[in-house]
Amino acid sequence: MTPFQYARANDVADAIKQIATDPSAKFIAGGTNLIDLIKYDVEGPTRLIDISHLPLRSVEPTSAGGVLIGAMVPNTDLAYHPMIEQRYPLLARAIMSGASQQLRNMASTGGNLVQRTRCFYFYDTTTPCNKREPGSGCSAIDGVNRINAILGTSEACIATHPSDMCVALAALEATVHVAGPAGTRTIALADFHRLPGNTPQRDTNLEPDEIITAIELPPQGFSANYSYLKIRDRLSYAFALVSVAAALELDGDTIKDARLALGGVAHKPWRSSAAETVLRGERANASAFARAADILLHGAKGYGHNNFKIGLARRAIMRTLAQAARGTPQSNSDKKIR
Amino acid sequence: MASYIGSATSRIDGRAKVTGEARYAGEFNVPGLVHGYVVESAIPKGRVVGIDTSGALEVDGVIDVLTHRNRPPMADNDDAYKDEVATEKGSPYRPLYDDRILFGGQPLALVLAEDWESARVAASRVRIEYQKEPHVTDLHAQRDTAFAINTPEKPRGDAAKAFASAAVRHAAEYFIPTEHHNPMELFASTAIWDDGRLTVYDKTQGVQNVQQYLCGVFKMKPDAVRVMSPYMGGGFGAGLRPQYQVVLAVLGARALKRPVRVMLTRAQMYALGYRPATIERLALGANSGGTLDAMTHEAIAVTSQFEEFARNDVGWGNLLYKSPNAKFEHKLVKLDVPTSCDMRAPGAATGVYALECAMDELAVALKTDPVQLRLQCYSDRNQGEDIPYTSKQLRECYRQGAAAFGWDKRKAEPRSMRDGSELVGWGMASGVWEALQMPATVRIVLTANGHAEVATAASDIGTGTYTIMAQVAADMLGLPIDNISVKLGDSTLPQCPLEGGSWIASSVCNAIANTARAVRGDLLKLAKGMKDSPLADASVDEVALMDGKIVSKRDASRAVPIASAMHSGNAERITREEANKVAEDKSHARNVHSAVFAEVKVDEELGVIRVTRVVNAVAAGRILNLKTAHSQVMGGVVWGIGMALHEETLFDHRFGRVMNANIAEYHVPVNADVHDIEVIFVEEPDEIVNPLGIKGLGEIGIVGVAAAIANAVYHATGKRVRDLPITLDKVVQFN
Repeated sequence: MTPFQYARANDVADAIKQIATDPSAKFIAGGTNLIDLIKYDVEGPTRLIDISHLPLRSVEPTSAGGVLIGAMVPNTDLAYHPMIEQRYPLLARAIMSGASQQLRNMASTGGNLVQRTRCFYFYDTTTPCNKREPGSGCSAIDGVNRINAILGTSEACIATHPSDMCVALAALEATVHVAGPAGTRTIALADFHRLPGNTPQRDTNLEPDEIITAIELPPQGFSANYSYLKIRDRLSYAFALVSVAAALELDGDTIKDARLALGGVAHKPWRSSAAETVLRGERANASAFARAADILLHGAKGYGHNNFKIGLARRAIMRTLAQAARGTPQSNSDKKIR
Repeated sequence: MASYIGSATSRIDGRAKVTGEARYAGEFNVPGLVHGYVVESAIPKGRVVGIDTSGALEVDGVIDVLTHRNRPPMADNDDAYKDEVATEKGSPYRPLYDDRILFGGQPLALVLAEDWESARVAASRVRIEYQKEPHVTDLHAQRDTAFAINTPEKPRGDAAKAFASAAVRHAAEYFIPTEHHNPMELFASTAIWDDGRLTVYDKTQGVQNVQQYLCGVFKMKPDAVRVMSPYMGGGFGAGLRPQYQVVLAVLGARALKRPVRVMLTRAQMYALGYRPATIERLALGANSGGTLDAMTHEAIAVTSQFEEFARNDVGWGNLLYKSPNAKFEHKLVKLDVPTSCDMRAPGAATGVYALECAMDELAVALKTDPVQLRLQCYSDRNQGEDIPYTSKQLRECYRQGAAAFGWDKRKAEPRSMRDGSELVGWGMASGVWEALQMPATVRIVLTANGHAEVATAASDIGTGTYTIMAQVAADMLGLPIDNISVKLGDSTLPQCPLEGGSWIASSVCNAIANTARAVRGDLLKLAKGMKDSPLADASVDEVALMDGKIVSKRDASRAVPIASAMHSGNAERITREEANKVAEDKSHARNVHSAVFAEVKVDEELGVIRVTRVVNAVAAGRILNLKTAHSQVMGGVVWGIGMALHEETLFDHRFGRVMNANIAEYHVPVNADVHDIEVIFVEEPDEIVNPLGIKGLGEIGIVGVAAAIANAVYHATGKRVRDLPITLDKVVQFN
């Protein structure tokens, strides 16, 4: 563990100023991931800038008809917010299927986006890991890789992004609002997380001197036909082997619009516009769902222990789309998968 | 008379625990306390060729870094390191002794600092240079190196021949991976060095075992070492042997002449003992009538390179089923890992899992109901020793368990029961464990104000020992339970064995009864000395202590208040110390039994398994406390769910390291995995096993649970998964 100094940021401008002056500093909000990483010696910031008090805790409607979520809104507050529950239940369900109540109470919306992988080797500093130590090699490719990625992998890294919330945000086509020394900008959620390529040490396209200020949801929340299904090795408090966010806009049983994103399978929430396009105009039935699944999983590759994820993902996609089409989303309290 | 024994008395230490008043080994604060942090080996085998502690010593607050090079002196012979439960063969591990690395995560240095965080920071700056040696950590890969050890179970007849000619045969291998105990409380020791005297607060299931061990390791006189463990946040067998942090704490305290606390992290606890990965091979042969002709049970289990740890995996069939031909073999494979150790129902949790899955497979082959097959093969005698049981209500366990579960509604065919998208499976298994008693001594101090202190050096590892002792003492002394105080977990108290093997309840409670009888005798003497004593001609067995009085059993009107008797004799207190009588009698087998019934629902496409119902019917002699007993068995069932579906210590054999050394990735059941659990205690009066008829409950709750669930998964899906844990990818073929 590395000792660190602690400082509190008073406002967004102050936070940006503070991080700019110290390249080894890191922001801390809920700390549910960063503190673990410090204890494990995976991260060693010499300065923590506490942004948890920044005035970014509101959930408000936008003039465009969507919702703007402050980056410091705790995961629990977001999941239970009436506007989210009613208009974006897919997001509420995804959040509630992650972590535990205590962690969700602490974790922030912005922090959820930048949580790091759960790959075993990333956490074990005695083993090679390109994400932790670029150039050292990937131990997971030939190692214990049950939890690792099957899509968008590279020879350098087969880690997954562990978030549930981000899978729903990807399906809902959220936008990330960030601020930095050069001002503010927005990043589409699809472009926020990166694939590992040759630079697996970089999880996101957020610059080191930038801060997430808000997440914006567009007006369409798919509140009638959606489901978030998370498959894992126990029925709660475990990361996804595969998770699926599905959202449909139906006209009778014809699909007008579709969104489909996977978690637990790639370095980022996995989406394919082709898979969604193939659903549009089709009847909401198993053969259409199977076609979409096949497109979304195109190029999937197993690494031994995780080979099963390909077939599991295909079936999970079909089931989740069926739940969404029926209007019977997966329940978090009853773990039965209907 | 028994008003407390058998009742659902709440824990007498419950308030202390929920208020935080109860203190654990890592919570005893003393002035000048130094905090130790362990630096572990990054490699599983080799030598330390260099340790650079300079970076660590530069950290503010760091006092010293101990390594094998600069530690205080320790004993240099194996005997000194052999604790009560050390393996018969081998050289016990010596913490921080020399440059040899025997397993991954082995402690190589202890950073001592004024506070915990400074010690942790400094620990990450200790640089160790290794000379690596080739290592092995994979049981399957090393299987050919397995060697047989002596097992008490002798062969009968010719099992191989009988199997070959059996009408119906089943032979298969089952596998249980390495599992870790993961008690909630982290292992910790606080060692206080005071001018040649040592006081240690330790997380242990046996304070006297640790005391004796420390005397050996540090060549100290018994009266100079005191070990205390008043409360324990879960042991499960992990705290039977002294763990390395206690040695490190004492080394630190001796080196600095200051009190030192060493608390392990969760990850570091994966370098302690564990349930050994075990391959179990069963071969069962039955005649067409559905009784066993041949039973072969072989086990291959993991131990370390330096000790041979083994428990009885293979002998349980002898206790459950008649078979004229039988053969048992237990083998070990030595790997570069810590020595395996006891973990709840050691040997039985694994061995009975395999046996009871094999019996289920045999029932399928015979087209016989699984309960019916067990009744057909039922043995009223221990087959190995050919002796009867002190009591065995296992038939009643099957009957009551099946009735509560609704077993008669089961359709025999796999995949024949369904609930929407889920396949429903019903499975069952038998459970068996030993009813042991060990020598224990209890001291009772009865004061004239009607209060009694009951003391022995036992540990309450969370099972309720404080409470059952108070219940038994209250009944035996005729006092309200609030007037009883119980003292445990101090090596200076009267002799008591380790808390393990389910033997503490029977050992300690029978000792209480004997001590209470001696107290009664003293009271009677005092009562007789009173003028016109109504008990003048009574003998000790003709009186009882009830409602604060010494009462004639023949004539309740003849009674003397305890207080009056003591006052008249000027006795302020009566102190007595007696032991239980441990039977040498080998004419009976002593066992507890259970029948476990489980319902699973399995998503047919996705393989997700939910254990929706478990009924566990247990026959374990006299149940002392319905509430704590129920919790104990329910906890065993929950653990059995974990064993069946979740638990597995994952190794990367290339590095010889545990990869999921934390409780986020080492899965145990969470609330969502646990549904209805019904615990039934079957009446089992037993006047032979010991005077109070107590058999013990610690282990039996888990035995058979994993098998019942595995059998239910088969019944639901038609897929037989023989290697635990049963994950969704083993149930469904996805690709």
